Amino acid sequence: MVSLLATAAEHGTETAASGGGAMELAWVIPVIAMVSAALIWAIGKRLPMRGAEIGVAAMIAVFIGGLLVFFDAIAHINADAEWHGFEKAVTWMNFGPGSTVELGYMVDGLAAVMMVIVGFVALMVHIYAASYMKGEVRVTHFFATLSLFTGSMLTVVLANNLLMMLVGWEGMGLSSYLLIGHWWEKHENSSAAIKAFLTTRVGDIGFMFGIFVLFWAAGSFNVAHINELAADGGIARGTLTVAALLLFCGAVGKSAQFPLHTWLPDAMAGPTPVSALIHAATMVVAGVYLVARMFPVFDNAFDVALDVVAVIGSITTVIAALLALVQQDLKRVLAYSTISQLAYMIAGLGVGAYTASVFHIWTHAWFKALLFLAAGSVIHAVHSNNMTDMGGLFRKMPITSITYIVGGLALAAFPPFAGFWSKDELVVGAYEAATAGSRAGTLTLVAMLLTAFLTACYVARMLALTFFGKPRYDPEHVHPHESPKLMTYPLIALAALAVAGGWVGIPGEMNQFGRWVHYGDEHAAFNPMIAILSTGLALAGFAAGWAIFRMGKVKIDVRKTALAPFYRLLLNRYYLDDIYFKGIVRPVRDRLSAAAYWINQKVLDGAVNAAGMVAVASGRFAYRDVDQGLIDGLVNNLARLTGRTGDKLKFWQTGNMQRYAAAMFLGVATLVGAFVFFRI
Amino acid sequence: MPLNWVLVLTTFLFCVGVYGVLARRNAVIVLMSIEIMLNAVNLNFIAFNGVVGGERLIGQVFALFVIAIAAAELGIGLAIVLLIYRNSFTVSLDEVNLLRW
Repeated sequence: MVSLLATAAEHGTETAASGGGAMELAWVIPVIAMVSAALIWAIGKRLPMRGAEIGVAAMIAVFIGGLLVFFDAIAHINADAEWHGFEKAVTWMNFGPGSTVELGYMVDGLAAVMMVIVGFVALMVHIYAASYMKGEVRVTHFFATLSLFTGSMLTVVLANNLLMMLVGWEGMGLSSYLLIGHWWEKHENSSAAIKAFLTTRVGDIGFMFGIFVLFWAAGSFNVAHINELAADGGIARGTLTVAALLLFCGAVGKSAQFPLHTWLPDAMAGPTPVSALIHAATMVVAGVYLVARMFPVFDNAFDVALDVVAVIGSITTVIAALLALVQQDLKRVLAYSTISQLAYMIAGLGVGAYTASVFHIWTHAWFKALLFLAAGSVIHAVHSNNMTDMGGLFRKMPITSITYIVGGLALAAFPPFAGFWSKDELVVGAYEAATAGSRAGTLTLVAMLLTAFLTACYVARMLALTFFGKPRYDPEHVHPHESPKLMTYPLIALAALAVAGGWVGIPGEMNQFGRWVHYGDEHAAFNPMIAILSTGLALAGFAAGWAIFRMGKVKIDVRKTALAPFYRLLLNRYYLDDIYFKGIVRPVRDRLSAAAYWINQKVLDGAVNAAGMVAVASGRFAYRDVDQGLIDGLVNNLARLTGRTGDKLKFWQTGNMQRYAAAMFLGVATLVGAFVFFRI
Repeated sequence: MPLNWVLVLTTFLFCVGVYGVLARRNAVIVLMSIEIMLNAVNLNFIAFNGVVGGERLIGQVFALFVIAIAAAELGIGLAIVLLIYRNSFTVSLDEVNLLRW
């Protein structure tokens, strides 16, 4: 690491006239979150709130930092409408010319907007969780992982190259896994965590290969460089198409799009603040962010790339909205709603409504985080996730109820709530694509309008079943009451944004958001006809839902009508989970894994064991026969021989001096005799 | 006086000394026999000097050295004998076997 830093050549590439003030230090923000995670793990347990205070403090810093960066970026955009962003990097790894991996960050309008979203929602969720998780098991671990997640998400947002983005991407996957399985004592929860991890991993493989294809084609991981090459025609369209489709696989996994959406409803097994932060407002929009970030790649590929994006989004948005209609679990309604809304953004990108999609990330983050946190407040009060145990809570929990209703109306996209402005822009984008003759655009338009109706319908059902009507909880044991201030204040703050958050993107001269985030000179035109149509559909859907579930006007049991098979299909989630389980999980688990286990045990372990046995035998031979027998034997026998010889010869040493003298004379006489007689 | 006579005499003296050293048991007699052998050698030195020494008296000087060393040797030898006698009340060599295995 040290040598890397030492050889790191620092170079900043600025496309704007001047560098950033706050933007220069944007890299500090993810580092704060990471340091917070490490600190909580290290000392959190000894603090009075078991680490929550560190997390909240770090998130305040992250949010303020994000705001500073955001305003700095806006100042640049206001000064120069064509400002492309601020980028700074050091060399991370150098594999020779043309293959350098950088460690760097890039701030442009898109990243700045995302930083505000992540910073604010993370702060709200941390504050909320400080109260919500009080007294729960592993609070320290919870907050550390939450900080780790925030750091990873900010890494994805700020990354200036695809490898760094992948690192953050996997960091998010890890934290998501850890947090879904926070209450792992219950088997379903740990299973849900594994499912989420493995399902997103399927998409991640595509993402990785997409990165490889782009690196192969562009010779760089740098996002801006790749986008520039793609826009200039420096990469062949066929290559771009392959890369775009592979990257989109990653988005499909992370943003829970059909056919990989099944993990997200199960991910609701995690604590509710986790669902709000990770599985509603931030991590799951990373897929959308990825497509938006690499949009030139998609846009300059063959049409099929964006058409696939649009079609997948259209399919997902409708099927998820339908599923949301039949859920009993409040959080699952919201989970399917999230899938549906994410698909809205994906479909919007597919028809080229770039600004509108990012705008929907923005508004969706506020109202969906709000809905999840408020749902958590409700669940806290009635100790159940099921709407069959709720009802009539409006008077018991006024703040929660009002904020929840605000969030629901924003989700159903009634004007002037935030959701309306972004959703309307998306529908306009689809309409423009459809009138331009794109069949995928037509499909998207139909899907979006249908979903607008369905969304309002399930929102009405959700509100009616949760807050109105007769209480269905057991009044003997459950006494719902308003949550503490630490939980309601974030709700109020988010509710304010769910109302007003969309006003930055009101079409026309005042449209700020379109200036912050745009692709090319695209602009969203306000189309009164579309606005009236989509709002009318939403009203109709809401009215239908309200009539059925609140007023009880329709007393038809759906199970006895011709729709019964369809209803069963929805209840079983289109049998997708069963298909995956029987078609993939079981063969892999029972056959492939068993076979792999057999090979591992018999073949690989056999070889290893045989090698071990041979090694032991030869070692024993070397010890017993060579070392002990031969070498030691030689030495010992030599010593024994010497000893025995000495034992025999010692008797010659009689101690009689005259014998010694006689021997000496004899010797001398012998020598002299030899000398005299043989002349030697 | 021919050299041969002297050599016969010294050979005889030396043999007497050897006999005394090997055959007598009394330690004092053994020491005396050593002296006889040394003196036989001294005579040889002097006799050979007369034949090959010329003007230089090398043999005589050697004989004087031998006498001096013999005196020192005898002093130590008698002291050892005295100590042996004090410890074991005998001067008979075949009863002294301190160097035995």
